[in-house]
Amino acid sequence: MKGLSVEGLTVRLPPGADRAFAVEEVSLSVAPGEILCVVGESGSGKSVTASAVMGLLAPGLSVTGGRMSLSGEDLRVKTPEEWRSLRGRRIAMVFQEPMTALNPLMTVGRQIGETWRTHLGLDAREASRRALDALREVNLPDPEGALRAFPHELSGGQRQRVMIAMALALNPEVLVCDEPTTALDVTTQAQVIALIKELQRRHGTAVLFITHDFGVVAEIADRVAVMQHGRVVEQGTASEVLTAPRHAYTQALLAAVPGRSAPPPRELSSDIVLEVSGLTKTYASRRLFRRRKPVRALDNVSLALRRGSTLAVVGESGSGKSTLARCVVRLLGTDGGEVRVAGAPLPKGRRAAAGLVQMVFQDPYASLNPRRTAGAQVAQGPIATGTPRREAMAEARRLFGLVGLDPESVLRFPHEFSGGQRQRIGIARALAMQPSVLVADEPVSALDVSVQAQVLALLRELQGQLGLSILFITHDLRVAAQLCDEVVVMRNGVVEEQGPIREVFEAPRHPYTRSLIEAIPGRRLMGVR
Amino acid sequence: MRALRAYLRSPAAILGSLVVLAVLGMALLAPVLYPNDPLGLAGRPLQWPGANPRFPLGTDPSGRDIAAQLFHGARISLLIGLVATGIATAVGIAIGALAGFYGGWADTVLMRATEAFQTLPNFLLLLVLVAVFGSTLTTVTVAVGVVSWPPVARLTRAEFLTLRTRDFVQAGRLQGLSDAHLILREVLPNALPPVIVYASVVMAVAILLESALAFLQLSDPNVPSWGNLIGLGRNVLRTEWYVSAIPGAAILLTILGVSLVGQGLNDALNPRLASGR
Repeated sequence: MKGLSVEGLTVRLPPGADRAFAVEEVSLSVAPGEILCVVGESGSGKSVTASAVMGLLAPGLSVTGGRMSLSGEDLRVKTPEEWRSLRGRRIAMVFQEPMTALNPLMTVGRQIGETWRTHLGLDAREASRRALDALREVNLPDPEGALRAFPHELSGGQRQRVMIAMALALNPEVLVCDEPTTALDVTTQAQVIALIKELQRRHGTAVLFITHDFGVVAEIADRVAVMQHGRVVEQGTASEVLTAPRHAYTQALLAAVPGRSAPPPRELSSDIVLEVSGLTKTYASRRLFRRRKPVRALDNVSLALRRGSTLAVVGESGSGKSTLARCVVRLLGTDGGEVRVAGAPLPKGRRAAAGLVQMVFQDPYASLNPRRTAGAQVAQGPIATGTPRREAMAEARRLFGLVGLDPESVLRFPHEFSGGQRQRIGIARALAMQPSVLVADEPVSALDVSVQAQVLALLRELQGQLGLSILFITHDLRVAAQLCDEVVVMRNGVVEEQGPIREVFEAPRHPYTRSLIEAIPGRRLMGVR
Repeated sequence: MRALRAYLRSPAAILGSLVVLAVLGMALLAPVLYPNDPLGLAGRPLQWPGANPRFPLGTDPSGRDIAAQLFHGARISLLIGLVATGIATAVGIAIGALAGFYGGWADTVLMRATEAFQTLPNFLLLLVLVAVFGSTLTTVTVAVGVVSWPPVARLTRAEFLTLRTRDFVQAGRLQGLSDAHLILREVLPNALPPVIVYASVVMAVAILLESALAFLQLSDPNVPSWGNLIGLGRNVLRTEWYVSAIPGAAILLTILGVSLVGQGLNDALNPRLASGR
């Protein structure tokens, strides 16, 4: 049979890992002209499956059972030399992070041309002519310029287009895409997905598409395989799996996908707890020999957060939303404007400000000190402001219970917790200071979708219990819709639209907001729920 | 605990630890095995090792027992190595931490000072210091420490520069923690592993620097250091080479041991960068 087929694939993990096999008894097949999406959360074995069919398993992992074949040829008996001539020519890959997958010291044209020079022995001129064609095919604006550009001079989406052009350079039978749009903005993601679909149709390539996002699956998949703990738990056509999932895990995953419809509007307090007016921040380089154009990260941004409510700040990368979060809590200085909390300007002193604004960070792995116990990190703030040690630790235990952790786990170190649990610790740490305003900077975007739903539910519950006022920064409109009362849409440091979330989502006034909403993957399939 | 287990799994680290422990044992046993002054006259000068059962490693040009000097010398070498390393890491960490944590003007001033120190060759600076302040054991040790801190400062600064912007440090700022707390409890423990590893290099170099001084007969002549012994053997190097060779081998082994310990620490503390994988 043509295309890629995997039967009963088993990959063993090195001894001492949390389970014996990375993938067990996995059977998949992709025919030419077909897109198979492999969906799963982190640790499901989806990326290991992709590396196995590319012959790129990490050291320590080994295929111990099953068959892999490419158009009938057994892949398990290939020598490293045979693999090298196979990869790129007959089976190619697009990675998640286009910046690290490209060589930063080589122009884009040379990198694409390298494929032809290596595999077909073409000369430099012919290779660069073909590279230009390839860049035209992936719809890069200004392909001539891109040919001479270095990777850092392109945007994330453009780099991913270059990666796709490289992968398709030799017209491979099989294209493996490992989360190719996860690092991209939602509008760019929509474009890249459309591009992959179009090229796949034109070339009749078999595509194995790895993703964690059911929205993306709904956009692109012909067939879907759902993986959990290294096994395929459900496999079928896209419409079967998405509309009538049979396995409980698939059902749970689909239920956790944030819907687009906002909850019914609540009665909002008229008391403004956080008021940002005319906030301006410019990143200028003042170095002697480098004169870059100053970047306006925030341009006269004004917003108001009502007491006890959640205000979403939505925008793509570079919109200034994270800069806004950091200016509000004064981790960054501003060039103009004012931040008022509970009616008074935010005090300059670190200690005085600590009781007013707190922040929950994006990356649950970077936001906790790996060398101190979780409880100590929650208690240290109150201790610094004068609470006796014993009292602060008792309070930390209480907060651990409040955010759904075992109170006795205060003595454990961060690495003993999962990502979702760490994010709960981060929330407990912020709550320990009893802030008037909680700034959450993409608090769930590094988490799996089921964990994401749990953390969002926790935030909503805490808001009900404690009357929290939350400034919620996110790139994901679906997440914003689940939690927030009002929304601010930002682009290039400017507020484009703001209002109650339901109004903005159902009747967006600004064309940019409309384009954001239209780019949400899986709208047609998932939005109806 | 994990780091300790990783350390004990490395054969190089175990070998290095054994060598260092052996030197430590020599230093501890010196007063027991050789209670007399190792610099006192013991017998006929320049007896070859094994020629006289009283002097298993022979005697030096002044008729002093080489074995006694070797054992007592272990104390001096370890003392100089440890104290000088302590001085160098303490000064280096303090300067690097302040420069890296605060950045801006503090960083500019402290780093220019560090570079000023670094541009002078270590050994020349050491010679100048010893020439000015005299060559007692204390001045030599302090001088060796003083010329060894700049790399430690630069390493610490580099670690601080990346760590100070980490989210957990920012979270500490938001919690109202003082700068001292942030530096000492949040950043420093995370910055230490590479510095500890580098300290083993500093220690090896410190022992070598003292030996080099002694070879030029600029170290403290009133202590039985290995370097002094090598210096004594210099005049009879072509005929009675063992006078220099025996302490030379001791220095070589000690430095090898210290370096292996450093390598083992590196593999244990930075498991992802471990060599040989």
